[in-house]
Amino acid sequence: MTQMHALSRLMTSLEDQLVVCMKCGMCQAVCPLFAETGREADVARGKLALLDGLLQQMFDDPEGVSQRLNKCLLCGSCAANCPSGVSVLEIFIKARAILTGFQGLSPAKKAIFRGMLAHPALFDRLGEWGAKFQKVLTKPVNEVVGTSCARIMSPLIGKRHFRPLAAVPFHKRVPCLDTPAGAAGLKVAFYVGCLADKIFPDLAQATVDVLAHHGVGVFMPANQACCGIPAISSGDTDTFQRLVRHNIRKLEAGTYDALVTACATCTSTIKEVWPMMTATDPGLQADARRLADKTFDISQFLVSKLGLAGEEKTDEDMPVTYHDPCHLKKSLKVWAEPRTLINASRGYRLQEMPESDWCCGMGGSFNIQYYNLSGRIGERKRNAIRATGCGIVATGCPACMMQISDMLSQGGDALRVTHPVELYAESLKRK
Amino acid sequence: MQAKTVLKAFEAAAGAENVFSDPADLATYAYDAAVLEKVMPAVVVRPTTSEALGQVVRLCNENRLPLTVRGAGTNLSGGTIPHPGGVVVVTNGFNRILEINTEDLYARVQPGVVTAKLAAAVEAQGLFYPPDPGSQAVSTLGGNVAENAGGLRGLKYGVTRDYVMGLDFFDVDGGLVKTGGRTVKCVSGYNLTGLMVASEGTLGVFNEITLKLIPPPAYRKSMMAVFAEMGQASEAVAAIIANRVVPATLEFMDNFTIRAVESYSQAGLPLDAGALMLVECDGYPGQVEEDAAKVESICKALGAESIRVARDDTERDKVWEARRAALSALAKVKPTTVLEDATVPRSKIPAMIRALEAISRKYDLTIGTFGHAGDGNLHPTILTDRRDAREWERVEAAIEDIFEEALALGGTLSGEHGIGTAKSRFMEKETSRATILYSRRIKSALDPNNILNPGKIIGGAS
Repeated sequence: MTQMHALSRLMTSLEDQLVVCMKCGMCQAVCPLFAETGREADVARGKLALLDGLLQQMFDDPEGVSQRLNKCLLCGSCAANCPSGVSVLEIFIKARAILTGFQGLSPAKKAIFRGMLAHPALFDRLGEWGAKFQKVLTKPVNEVVGTSCARIMSPLIGKRHFRPLAAVPFHKRVPCLDTPAGAAGLKVAFYVGCLADKIFPDLAQATVDVLAHHGVGVFMPANQACCGIPAISSGDTDTFQRLVRHNIRKLEAGTYDALVTACATCTSTIKEVWPMMTATDPGLQADARRLADKTFDISQFLVSKLGLAGEEKTDEDMPVTYHDPCHLKKSLKVWAEPRTLINASRGYRLQEMPESDWCCGMGGSFNIQYYNLSGRIGERKRNAIRATGCGIVATGCPACMMQISDMLSQGGDALRVTHPVELYAESLKRK
Repeated sequence: MQAKTVLKAFEAAAGAENVFSDPADLATYAYDAAVLEKVMPAVVVRPTTSEALGQVVRLCNENRLPLTVRGAGTNLSGGTIPHPGGVVVVTNGFNRILEINTEDLYARVQPGVVTAKLAAAVEAQGLFYPPDPGSQAVSTLGGNVAENAGGLRGLKYGVTRDYVMGLDFFDVDGGLVKTGGRTVKCVSGYNLTGLMVASEGTLGVFNEITLKLIPPPAYRKSMMAVFAEMGQASEAVAAIIANRVVPATLEFMDNFTIRAVESYSQAGLPLDAGALMLVECDGYPGQVEEDAAKVESICKALGAESIRVARDDTERDKVWEARRAALSALAKVKPTTVLEDATVPRSKIPAMIRALEAISRKYDLTIGTFGHAGDGNLHPTILTDRRDAREWERVEAAIEDIFEEALALGGTLSGEHGIGTAKSRFMEKETSRATILYSRRIKSALDPNNILNPGKIIGGAS
């Protein structure tokens, strides 16, 4: 019991944020998980009540609360729709950190985060080996989507249709960059992100090409590390801060006007989570804040800083539908710019899908732990995409690209899954 | 039966995946949207079929387990907070729209259907289901009927009660009772439908609801009038009705609410205005234009500083955005939001507004008032922090004063939020001792073991 008392004391740091919830229940309307299960513990109001329960020492054991807290996509749909403005994501991430600090990290997560993720060079090597050996265990399954599946029953892969590791990751193609500002008179730092580096190197290449085309100088330091979101989502503050420190040290070596990424999750992590979860190291937090202030999603940068605008479209142009990554639209309110980018791409035109901002169900580790639920949420996204009749679906986040690829591929659909900046880069080449 | 055996019986009836007894799950069904203490249930059941629902009700009665039905848990008077150690029956898995009949103009639904989903499905068929409670995006129709939920369109279109044509519900023995039906006229037997509407889950458990649908209005027009004082706005409300104009919606908000909305959404509202009145007329174009012109001239005659008429849908949305933002904006001012809904005959609105201002001063509390001026249903919203014990005492005293004033003006404790446990002890003041006793006799005849949401409306829970 004294243990629960100690936990309650730790939770008091969240009390002022928890009381903001007036229990109106409006989060039920937008939570992608609740839409599938109808269980109150799955929606923000229920989880906030559980955290309040820890504060009030209602439970003998934190495990039940911990499990339910972790069963969340961290998509932020609830926060974006909350009438009283509860900082749901901040509360959940901080509470996960408190609970992990209290209960300890599982051995598997410890091995992944502290043994691999925290060592960027090792992580890169493992990825390269994986790319060489993955063909032994997996085989291509959908040529258009570009997915593979397991050759033999594998508990890790399950029935997933996944986008395989690229044969040559981006850091092997282009280890580092430092080009001066050109016609645009601007220079950016490019933070690549794990998925763009290891699975979607063409996306990273497209980003660099587009910046070069517009005369934007690029600083891309070698040996970048993961942004830390997988670690902090599991409450591993140590690994998270180590990664933030590593990245900031690398990024501080250059001078530039803005930091850009082509990954919605990386962008929102750098802008929001880095400053939020580094309070225990004030120096680091100050650096993180400075960087956050000049961090942009690539489409946001191209539209707001370079003034890219959409073109007139005709029926001749190929229709492209767009999925709003939660971390772009709900966290950063970036939704118009990627659409503009699609319409700025010659030969393509935007065609909206129904409920384009409904979460795709990926949610990082949520997909690993709750694959069936993740799939049910993804199925809804697949149906929305299919309803447009488009042959291309674009989205601003490589994680969403993976989930959407899995869903379309399993449904046997022949759609191309891409990123708006890839379409734009292509259209530049065609000009 | 032993607790374990009862649990097994629930699992057999509803499926093991629909029965929750883990403390962490139970804790998420211990509250609703009312500012009241949490109460932990012993078990939560989420039946997905009619058969399962009936069996669960019977099991509760046989085992003397208090049963509280819960839809989306948005109740504002504690009606869905369970009895200690009781059973919560969640209806959101029992949520099919069974029929939308475009020839006979009705819909049949299971109680867990979300209000806005029915409204959208009905609209897609070219028809209209008018009741639109503020929580419609999540609230369930079962909850709407059990509370007789209102909304913004109450003035012209009435409230949930006016759309319930028939009901099937389970009695405590699990027997299926049928009342009303699919016909406009139906006088077979007691009007049990009338008895069940607003019964807050104390007399039976809904299985199927038949709702009236109407053709949608062909045309609508919205406008926003600015007044220097709340008194002028409330006089304008009374004058509009007195001039035989019945707008679909007639809302207002006071200066405090205006400033809260403005700081929240920067909608360009006049910060020094004493009151903002929002009106929407609907119907045939000719009549709507005539009504709108009347409203405009009445507002001008009564001293409106400005009147803005929405010229298109975008402008119309802008007008209503401000109203929709009212509660959110107020909620952001302080941690605890106490949303009251004392209602008075509309001619008494000016007096009620003055009383609210006096109460706010007397107890030194922040009260923002907005609401459905057209039907006298005000939402004085007290902004406070529940953790401040001394202020909370003043809040409770102020709530009591609000009830006293509303009753003194010939009004009611609650226009649309229900009585639940929050207001049950004031019921006798509004009605009479005999009313409470009469109601309790009905209750004990229909529910001899007092298992159906005990303690709600008429008290009497042990």
